[in-house]
Amino acid sequence: MKAKVIVLPKQSVLDPQGVAVRDAIHHHGLPAVKAARVGKFIELELDGSQTEAQLHEVCRDLLSNPVIEDYKLVVEG
Amino acid sequence: MKAAVIRFPGSNCDQDCVLALSELGVKTDYVWHKDTSVAGYDLVVLPGGFSYGDYLRCGAIARFSPIMKAVKEYAAAGNLLLGICNGFQILCEAGLLPGALIRNRSLHFVCQHQNVRVEDISNPFLHLCRTGARLRIPIAHGEGSYSADAATLLQLERQNRILLRYVNNNGAAIDLANPNGSVESIAGIINEGRNVFGLMPHPERACDRRLGSDDGRIIFESILASLGAISLDEDAAAPTTSRSLT
Repeated sequence: MKAKVIVLPKQSVLDPQGVAVRDAIHHHGLPAVKAARVGKFIELELDGSQTEAQLHEVCRDLLSNPVIEDYKLVVEG
Repeated sequence: MKAAVIRFPGSNCDQDCVLALSELGVKTDYVWHKDTSVAGYDLVVLPGGFSYGDYLRCGAIARFSPIMKAVKEYAAAGNLLLGICNGFQILCEAGLLPGALIRNRSLHFVCQHQNVRVEDISNPFLHLCRTGARLRIPIAHGEGSYSADAATLLQLERQNRILLRYVNNNGAAIDLANPNGSVESIAGIINEGRNVFGLMPHPERACDRRLGSDDGRIIFESILASLGAISLDEDAAAPTTSRSLT
């Protein structure tokens, strides 16, 4: 059993890495890309004894910083 | 008076902090992050470095170290807590200070002498300075861009909790003098109780003129004076105060 956590900087927070990546993509010859945001992808292996609420807690308290980031949690059966 | 410098795995400015405080005559101990008490200390310093290799986010893992429970209780009781660089990041992650420190706007690690302006002196950390004084203190960080939402910034401003701003040689907080893209050029802030101070510059690296600047001493001297550990008479305060005015 696995859970996938995607952490991205909030829209309101400056993301200099995203800007640099977008510029590099433009330089690479793909002007169609209007914006890029760089975050983290975290894969968790689970033994199944956890609750979804516990996973959200760990996402909120540790894996992301709610001041600057949003997260998305996907639990795969 | 007694000071504690907390050592996390990856702290690397701990010795500089101990040296700076010891030179001022303060008995200073290293306290390991797995310890669970800071009882008996008048000042606790979270030093710079790369605690836990900056894994996940700077300070994100250190804030769960066993010692942090004691540090939080210590701060809640009104005692003086100073977070420098990585220590500032840990204080933000721990919720002891608002906001967060994110990747520098340039994406580069910056390591340089930096002018900062003292914005407020009604606190135990800078009261020997003059408001508007310019201090030259080194910075060395890759993730020092202070970020906070508009409501938080308004509150910090209204409560005079922005203590230091990055400025140029003329003391102006212009964008060109902002080394990391911090919102409103913020280099250091204090909590509502005015006993927890976090800053990105390294005052402990600016305590000896032979190293390029001793402007950082006034921060430690202010702390000592507010704890009654050094005399506040004219003779004691004058040399440092005059230095800070240059």
